[in-house]
Amino acid sequence: MTAFTGSDGGPYALPHLDVLESEAVHIFREVAGEFERPVILFSGGKDSILMLHLALKAFAPAPLPFALLHVDTGHNFPEVLEYRDRVVAQHGLRLHVALVQDFIDSGRLRERPDGTRNPLQTVPLLDAIERNRFDAVFGGGRRDEEKARAKERVFSLRDEFGGWDPRRQRPELWQLYNGRHAPGEHVRVFPLSNWTELDVWQYIEREKIDIPSIYYAHEREVFRRSGMWLAPGGWGGPADGEELTRRLVRYRTVGDMSCTGAVESDAATVEAIIAEIASSRLTERGATRADDKLSEAAMEDRKREGYF
Amino acid sequence: MSGATIGLHATSLLRFATAGSVDDGKSTLVGRLLHDSKSVLADQLEAVEAASRNRGADAVDLALLTDGLRAEREQGITIDVAYRYFATPRRRFILADTPGHVQYTRNMVTGASTAELAIILVDARNGVVEQTRRHAAVAALLRVPHVVLAVNKMDLAGYAEPVFARIAEEFGAYAASLGVPEVTAIPISALAGDNVVTPSATMDWYGGPTVLEHLETVPVTRDPSGDPARFPVQYVIRPQTAEHPDYRGYAGQIASGVLRVGERVVVQPSGRTSRIESIDALGQSVDVAWAPQSVTITLADDLDISRGDLLAPADGAASATQDVTATVCHLHDRPLEPGARVLLKHATRTVKAIVKEIPSRLTLDDLSQHPDPQRLVANDIGRVVVRTAEPLALDAYAASRSTGSFLLIDPSDGATLTAGMAGEAFTGAAAATAAQAAPDEDGWDF
Repeated sequence: MTAFTGSDGGPYALPHLDVLESEAVHIFREVAGEFERPVILFSGGKDSILMLHLALKAFAPAPLPFALLHVDTGHNFPEVLEYRDRVVAQHGLRLHVALVQDFIDSGRLRERPDGTRNPLQTVPLLDAIERNRFDAVFGGGRRDEEKARAKERVFSLRDEFGGWDPRRQRPELWQLYNGRHAPGEHVRVFPLSNWTELDVWQYIEREKIDIPSIYYAHEREVFRRSGMWLAPGGWGGPADGEELTRRLVRYRTVGDMSCTGAVESDAATVEAIIAEIASSRLTERGATRADDKLSEAAMEDRKREGYF
Repeated sequence: MSGATIGLHATSLLRFATAGSVDDGKSTLVGRLLHDSKSVLADQLEAVEAASRNRGADAVDLALLTDGLRAEREQGITIDVAYRYFATPRRRFILADTPGHVQYTRNMVTGASTAELAIILVDARNGVVEQTRRHAAVAALLRVPHVVLAVNKMDLAGYAEPVFARIAEEFGAYAASLGVPEVTAIPISALAGDNVVTPSATMDWYGGPTVLEHLETVPVTRDPSGDPARFPVQYVIRPQTAEHPDYRGYAGQIASGVLRVGERVVVQPSGRTSRIESIDALGQSVDVAWAPQSVTITLADDLDISRGDLLAPADGAASATQDVTATVCHLHDRPLEPGARVLLKHATRTVKAIVKEIPSRLTLDDLSQHPDPQRLVANDIGRVVVRTAEPLALDAYAASRSTGSFLLIDPSDGATLTAGMAGEAFTGAAAATAAQAAPDEDGWDF
């Protein structure tokens, strides 16, 4: 250990983004080698865009050996859907779309009084997994996002109900991932487990990855609800007494319009976004996701039900 | 995380693990690290303040920052490995936070398996106890390169230097006997904040780094040029497109050492040799790559190579074997017994195997061996002999943490049963101690 003191001195040092990149690529390749029908959950949000970018790298120059799956709440930002379709066309990918609306129309799901559809994604997701016999499902979840996720494995075994039992998860050691599962079970795989929000943005900047425009500062009509700036739309906002104003905002996460809030920001470049995040006093979800605020144990409960 | 000083440039990454008992104040230490390094953001702190108030606490309980699952909050203990993330302008950190309760040896083994540094916490009033020795043994067994002894609750020991010196000396001697290459001892008070992030005003007799300073400056890059190159093939890339009709790339993560274009390599287990023609480092053509990079390599000759094969230097391959002797930590609630038919996963290869014998069980408190234990139960550390259906290019764990480690898997339900480390367990004087059979069984110690 002579020349390798301090932080990055040695000729064989690897910057942290390269370490994370190599780890994620290793995870994609493990799944390709051990599973029959993997699929990548793709919402058009930055984490799923990052997953796709890494997966394409992992198998280049060959085409991606996985399909994509989007669980569409029906309340997505139009900019994000447009982005999704463009990327799919650009790389010649196979996209499966599971529509929450179909399940509401057929009576298998009921609209919630508050209009939010995020919790309704679980049933269409499990249905799509079962119908397509997907045995590995890549999710963009990161362990830094929320306390219950801090205990999530990279390979997370789910029973036939998609359920997650924190006590039944397999120990994960070294870089040895155990993907064995019974028919009907599937494995959720999280290649970005060890990335933080800052890493994601740094990598987007380094790789010059194209992301939907709503991540950058733009003017839009918004209204205030539960301390968040929400965008009006077909999902049911604003209600009486909620006033629309024009603000310069951007989105830190992209999800269902009914529960994804914008933050006031003039950050129009990735660099400006990184600077803003680095000095921000709010974590990503705390600032923008109403659904995680439901209770101290909200995420834990939803994971048990088969949520992402 | 003040301002834009953090995160705008590339930095290094340190993975480390913590071990300490429920009462040693480990959650408070971790909470303090996160809080004082400004990695706790306003909304998280608000939630913790609210939860502290709800419990009637008069001060913010930093331990609440890290206690994730409802069951744990109810029991007030941590039950599994949790991963935490924080950063300073100098470095990024991934912390495997493992509970120290005796029943959870397997969790510390899990956390230590990927760690380059382990922090072992002791209570200054109690000094080195059985559990401390167990934690040191796990760190030594898993070959964690750097060990930190954090002597906590110095505030309750009058901040007295002799108390700290005595504990540091006793622990240092024990760790040395286990073959731990170096120990850094730091006197701290996690509760008051002494020497965690901020230097202690009270303990001016201590001239060393704070815990965070040490984490920021400890070397993270191991020089791979001295290690034999190991490249387990994960996946064969064959585009078969008009653009790349004959391309055959071998994709994988370099497990150890350095690969160079032009180097002669041998494919294990077949024994065929070829030359590295190109190395693609995720979109960049390079002449040299090293662990832990994920790359794709092409060879000069058209060989039959598939997932599970391993490439090594033609003059430095691992010897292939079907008889694996290893130290293991049993992880599952179903015991492991001789005769068990299992799957053995090593690098990218999974083979059928039989547990031939379990020569001994190891007591981590004093490294005594108990011959012929009949079975290993969850959290047991023991020696096993496994016969595999096919040859494996297995290194000693002492030489390579990645190609010397393996899992035993239950073929019936896919459960991960056992974590294995090939070869001898300890290198220090303790190896000699451990080789002596202990007297009669004195009951379960886990």
